[in-house]
Amino acid sequence: MSNGNGIAIDVKGLTKSFGGREVVHDLSMQVKRGSIYGFLGPNGSGKTTTIRILCGLLTPDSGEGTCLGYDIRRDAEKIKRQVGYMTQRFSLYQDLSVRENLEFVARLYGLADARGAARDMIKRLGLSGREEQLAGELSGGWKQRLALGACTLPNPQLLLLDEPTAGVDPKARRDFWNEIHALAAEGLTVLVSTHYMDEAERCHEIAYIAYGYLLAHGTVEEVIAKSALTTYTVTGDDLNELGAALTGKPGIDMVAPFGTSLHVSGRDVPALEASIAPWRERGGLHWQKSKPSLEDVFIELMGRSKDNFQ
Amino acid sequence: MSAVEHPAPRREIRERFGFLRRSYAMLIKEFIQLRRDRVSFAMIVMLPVMQLMLFGYAINTTPRHLPSAVLLQEDSDLARSVLKALENTKYFRFLYEVHDVDDFDNLLKSGKVLFGVEIPRGFERAVRRGDRPALLVAADATDPVAASAALGSLGMIVQTALAHDLYIGEPPEMPFEIRAHARYNPAANSSLNIVPGLVGTILTMTMLIFTALSVTREVERGTMESLLSMPIKPVEVMFGKIIPYVLVGFVQAFLIISIGVGLFGVPVLGNLVLLALLSTLFITTNLAVGYTISTLVQNQLQAMQMSMMFFLPSILLSGFMFPFAGMPAWAQYLGECLPLTHYLRIVRAIMLKGATMQNLHFDALALAALMLLAMTVAVTRFRRTLD
Repeated sequence: MSNGNGIAIDVKGLTKSFGGREVVHDLSMQVKRGSIYGFLGPNGSGKTTTIRILCGLLTPDSGEGTCLGYDIRRDAEKIKRQVGYMTQRFSLYQDLSVRENLEFVARLYGLADARGAARDMIKRLGLSGREEQLAGELSGGWKQRLALGACTLPNPQLLLLDEPTAGVDPKARRDFWNEIHALAAEGLTVLVSTHYMDEAERCHEIAYIAYGYLLAHGTVEEVIAKSALTTYTVTGDDLNELGAALTGKPGIDMVAPFGTSLHVSGRDVPALEASIAPWRERGGLHWQKSKPSLEDVFIELMGRSKDNFQ
Repeated sequence: MSAVEHPAPRREIRERFGFLRRSYAMLIKEFIQLRRDRVSFAMIVMLPVMQLMLFGYAINTTPRHLPSAVLLQEDSDLARSVLKALENTKYFRFLYEVHDVDDFDNLLKSGKVLFGVEIPRGFERAVRRGDRPALLVAADATDPVAASAALGSLGMIVQTALAHDLYIGEPPEMPFEIRAHARYNPAANSSLNIVPGLVGTILTMTMLIFTALSVTREVERGTMESLLSMPIKPVEVMFGKIIPYVLVGFVQAFLIISIGVGLFGVPVLGNLVLLALLSTLFITTNLAVGYTISTLVQNQLQAMQMSMMFFLPSILLSGFMFPFAGMPAWAQYLGECLPLTHYLRIVRAIMLKGATMQNLHFDALALAALMLLAMTVAVTRFRRTLD
């Protein structure tokens, strides 16, 4: 539309500080139109701040870029018309009903038939029969749906979803993601922040951000490949004892229990092999070399970034 | 969700009349929220009615039955008839009769009485001789309003009392002569003055609080983040939040004036349409001030405190409580900056004196100027981002 090159978000060197503390540090990213871009990272890593900069709610201290072809510093008003932003905390009016909330949004954006638009959205969201219920009385899952409905109502080109599925049950989460894929199929670009690894794997591309630094980005496969991590999955008895013994040994960057198994990972393969050699022969333990999971990669990235930046 | 089966129809987005449309969206939202807020809704009616009953009936600056003492130094018939005359005015109620100066002083000092009348030794004889003896009246002037009203009446009362006393031939010239001329309110009926004043005071209070909380409430409930991410401008937010309360204020003003006329017999001598128009201006000014407060503070508590900071001077310096002309010049200048000062002049003039726009254009202009100032501050101070 306004930007023919197929890039929805293109920002360089974004930096933002609050009270002398740098929350986002020299962040650059590109998001393709029509893709679902996952934004991952621990709490307080700067995800929300980045999203707020993108939709004009915060002005960056330095850095520049475009969102849907509009300058993020100068054209905040134009960006707002084309972007649907779903806040982390439910931010529709709790004392307005489902219908009233949707009609409010529709009127604000100037939709031709506000009542009709709200009615259609209620049908689409599966909220028929609840339209007169106050938004504050809806369950967590329904609130998320309503919030998504409200921010897709004015036909935006870009959706910014800040941890939309936090505290929502698995069934509602799955429905929510099906909807996001359906929206992307219609041509919407979706930037979504999340803590869940399974959700990350449903994204076309992901970016990992910690302590304000963008540490890795690309498709899930690329991020795993770039981590250069080798992982052994161990099953058997006394895994706690094994985990304690291996932690901190040369070549071992990370030891993490996963249910009944233990993941032992490292980037320096010879050193890793040498460190685990004494335990590989021990009876009752089963060792298997495997591809690291996304979670392994992230926990290792997080551990490393903590050493570097904190 | 079944997006695939129900693809969203792309709806046309209208660009024309964006300002009105967005303000309207905000206005509808505020109306619904106000309607849902039962307590606030009840307050709209309860507050003016309650205050009017309280102030109208309870506060009377013309005091009655002030506790008094008499220091009798002679027990003559003339002294008795003077006391009787004083008591008959209903201003004074003689609780104590003492014969010793110390007892007399103690009664006043302890606050058991507000007035003391001393009838000196040889009073009757001096009067008969035409010596103009002094009738000493000691007043506890810590409550100047009560004291001055009673003192003011004293001169004539005594004169009348003595004039009718058969023991005296021609009434001699009295030691005090205080001539009071109560214009517009000859009966010194306080509610005539208080009811129009209450219209302004109650409107200031309710209007201020309603809008002072409006922006901070959105911030505290987290809805501001969503609102700011939508294409609405600060002026539109302001109009959307102010207009519903103009109606609320109008209802309140109507209620107070109706009760004032119906229950307290306050006249409306001037033009009702002019009163309604200027009241609307005053209501909007207060709403704008409240809204400005809302954009300056961080939370609802601060908003309440700041509203009080505005409300108290409004009551004290506007001429509602104390006569405006009696204040020192600096306080009068301060008072001129308050919307209530101008509205009090307007509402009293229209209701009690039948004033027309020609008499009121200065105060009307002052109100309009204050309103524009507040709105400008509000719009420029409204934070468009979360920075």
